[in-house]
Amino acid sequence: MSDGPSAESLLPLQPTTFHILLSLTEEDRHGYAIILDVARRTGGEIRLSAGTLYRSIQRMLELGLIIETKSRPIPEMDDERRRYYRITPLGTAVAKAEVNRLSSLVKMARACGVTPRTTL
Amino acid sequence: MKLYRALLHLYPSSYRTEYGDEMAGIFAQEVRLRSTLLGRLWLWVETFFEVLSNAAAVHRQIARRDLRYSLRSLLRSPGFTATAVLLVTIGIGANAAIFNLADFVLVRPLPFPEPERLVKVYEKHPGYSMMELSPANYRDFIVSTSSFESIAAYTDIDMNLLGQGEPLRVEGAIVTGNLFSTLGRSPWIGRYFAERDDQAGAPATVMLSYGFWQTEFGGNASVLGKSIILDDRAYTVVGVMPPDFHFPTRETKFWRTFQFQEENYKDRNDNWIIGIGRLKPGISIDQARTGLQLIAKRLQQQYPKENENVGATVLSMRDELSKQSRWLLFALVGAAVCLLVIACANLANLLLVRAIARQKELSIRVSLGANRRTILRQLLSESVILGLAGGLGAVGVAAATLPLLARLVPTALPTQEVPPVDFRLLILALGLTAITVIAFGVAPAIRVCRNAGLSGLREGTRTGGSGSQRVRSALVIAEVAVSVVLLISSGLLVRAMWKVQETDPGFRGENVLTLRTALPLPKYEKTDVRKQFYTKVLSDVRRLPGVVNAAYISALPMVWRGGIWPVVIGGRSQNRSEGTSGSLRYVTPDFFATMGIPILSGRDVSEADTNAKPYVAVVSESFVRRYWPDESPIGRHFEFAAHDREVAGVVKDVRVRGLERASEPQVYIPYTQVPDGWIIGYIPKDLAIHANRPPQYLVPQVRRIIGEADPQQPISDVRTMDEIVAGETQSRAVQTRVLMTFTAVAVFLAALGIYGLLSFTVSLREQEFGIRMALGAQQGDIFRMVLSKGAVLTLSGLIPGWLLAYMSGRWLQSLLAGLKPWDILMFSVASALCFAAASIGTLIPAMRAVRVDPTSVMKAE
Repeated sequence: MSDGPSAESLLPLQPTTFHILLSLTEEDRHGYAIILDVARRTGGEIRLSAGTLYRSIQRMLELGLIIETKSRPIPEMDDERRRYYRITPLGTAVAKAEVNRLSSLVKMARACGVTPRTTL
Repeated sequence: MKLYRALLHLYPSSYRTEYGDEMAGIFAQEVRLRSTLLGRLWLWVETFFEVLSNAAAVHRQIARRDLRYSLRSLLRSPGFTATAVLLVTIGIGANAAIFNLADFVLVRPLPFPEPERLVKVYEKHPGYSMMELSPANYRDFIVSTSSFESIAAYTDIDMNLLGQGEPLRVEGAIVTGNLFSTLGRSPWIGRYFAERDDQAGAPATVMLSYGFWQTEFGGNASVLGKSIILDDRAYTVVGVMPPDFHFPTRETKFWRTFQFQEENYKDRNDNWIIGIGRLKPGISIDQARTGLQLIAKRLQQQYPKENENVGATVLSMRDELSKQSRWLLFALVGAAVCLLVIACANLANLLLVRAIARQKELSIRVSLGANRRTILRQLLSESVILGLAGGLGAVGVAAATLPLLARLVPTALPTQEVPPVDFRLLILALGLTAITVIAFGVAPAIRVCRNAGLSGLREGTRTGGSGSQRVRSALVIAEVAVSVVLLISSGLLVRAMWKVQETDPGFRGENVLTLRTALPLPKYEKTDVRKQFYTKVLSDVRRLPGVVNAAYISALPMVWRGGIWPVVIGGRSQNRSEGTSGSLRYVTPDFFATMGIPILSGRDVSEADTNAKPYVAVVSESFVRRYWPDESPIGRHFEFAAHDREVAGVVKDVRVRGLERASEPQVYIPYTQVPDGWIIGYIPKDLAIHANRPPQYLVPQVRRIIGEADPQQPISDVRTMDEIVAGETQSRAVQTRVLMTFTAVAVFLAALGIYGLLSFTVSLREQEFGIRMALGAQQGDIFRMVLSKGAVLTLSGLIPGWLLAYMSGRWLQSLLAGLKPWDILMFSVASALCFAAASIGTLIPAMRAVRVDPTSVMKAE
């Protein structure tokens, strides 16, 4: 049994953390790949700076949400300076918990009649 | 890219090492994406601010993590943490309190504008460097000097306040009209004296101290312009001084003006006022002194008889503090520093031992890839936490002890009584804490980090490093040495205090009640009117149950040290320049019997010694020794206080000037042999009552008797003679109490230091002891080994300690009341005490060493 933090105790997540977790859900990625993925996913709205990214990565490593992975892509696609990160089961649990939190918030807002404009 | 890499230096190095390359890589990609110059410029601006804010956040994050880590690690060893915090608290708390006190008394500017320009002006007579001025010489000084912006003068006076309920005796000062402008302080309300208030015949005016205004007049501003009655005369209140204004002493409650008349300037030997001057800007004290001395020289030529050998003394207001007050403080500062040294040595040892004990853990962390800098930072943040906690405790200790130390602030200092806790204290505590923590926290941390790694792993905790063993031994030796210095010095000071307390004052102390009834003028100007008062009071008091005797005197010994007059014998000028003077007191009959001063020959003064009879005097033994060493003094004549007097009796000497200073020979004159209105300062006012039991019970009855003799007459200064004598050594008593506390703590800490070092050594050498025992060593051998190690440490500390104690004793000589700084008894007692404390510290580890079980030690290895 892990004596680390529970997924709920880490909520709410900072948007940067959430985006990094989402990005790593698909596959292991290195730092720059995360930046590009987040930018693509948000339509260019969020473009993480290197400083913000690594500050978040450092904290997420400490919390055990992600780990640095030793498995690397094939040599012709690799750059040895790069480090690759992988989401941990805790990271996945936290991301799911955050999604639950957000969707129940949205449900609550809908019940109150606060609905976003729907696009056809 | 170089610029970006340089910018990355804003991040902590560990972070930079970890992520710097990747960040630089990402930044390079971003640059490539920006094709225009403007785009790249904008990227730089963005990046600059982004690095700034992120680097700050990372620093915060790391500091928080370090602090959390350190706090956890400190809480895991509560014994160590509490001891370390306590050591910092004791060492720095004592220093902060004592330094604040010393700074307050010796350094902090007095509460007047440009206080460095304020000086006291005295006459200088052979044997008396600070003799009060005569009004005549004062007047000549002020008209001739060019070094001063102004010179004012003052003298203390006690007056009876009437018409405000109970008659009240209040301390005040008579001052020249320019006193307040010279001091440069403005009144709180109203105005201060102008020159016109000080003219002869001007309306009587008075200024009040803030405290007096609050207590007696309810702080009501309507008191301005109103009259108050002081000694039967109405004075108009013109102003109130601010709360922090105290002059000349803290007890001064009012000020009135001299209003000198021409006759006040006649007698140049009538020295009773003190000059206070403000130097012109740019004039030094030396220049002013030279100037006044030239004027004094001219006055010597002008008045060769009265002013023979009379010079001038000019000294800064702060320098007037008695040498003893200064040295008492210096001794305390020295003791506080000693305590700090011991506390720091203990702290250093504690941190070193802890660092060594953790070497293995840290080495493992390093070999698993932990950054050395990170470890160093964490160790340092432990020191910072210890320092902060200790520093906070120290400020608390200092603030709490300051009121207890207030008795060491001389009353003569024109400032408040309790030194305020000000920002200097906080800065001092902070500075000392920082130095302590950096000096004693960083070194062990660096040492451990250097050793951490494979060599540390190999070495483990077994040896503790021979170098560090030497350092720790040196620290313990220093602790022992400093404790010995403290033990011997405070022992010497305690013995000096006992010696002073044992000094025979020459009069009876026990069961004598004293109080003051200062008779106001002009009501009691006539000798006969006064006589009626004394006769009624004394005869009623003598009838009270338990009263053996009672008498009046101008001023009791030790209560007032002045009243020194030159003696003239057979027309020979026995002026003060030859050190031939006597202290003058008027007494009622039976004063000697009341005070237990034996009459050696002749008789006491008597009621029959009236103004109509030839003037007589009773003199003390030393007076006879000086003037008629081989002849009978009775019936001989001398001139004293402006009259010829015949010696009627000889009494034993008393210590008029206190237990520690030589006193002039005493001359007692019958209270009835004084012309009306003459020499008013010497009117008998101190009543002494000798009872056959502790006399406090008499106070209400004496109060009633005085009220019956004169309902408007207040009583003040109710004390026993014992209390007056005890007051002589009060500041010494406070000082020795503080010193003893410091010493006790110091010796305890030194013993703790020895204990700590030896326990640690024993735990390091358990294996060696085990092997020795397995090879046949007896328990006694091991026991002796540890004991001898303790003894060597103690002896090594004792020897430099003796040397330092001797030096400190010489330094404190002026406080030792004649004791030698190399007092063998004190050295022996202190060394024995130190040895005893050290032995206790040694015994426990020695017993542990003996109990080492060879088999289990060998197995563990």
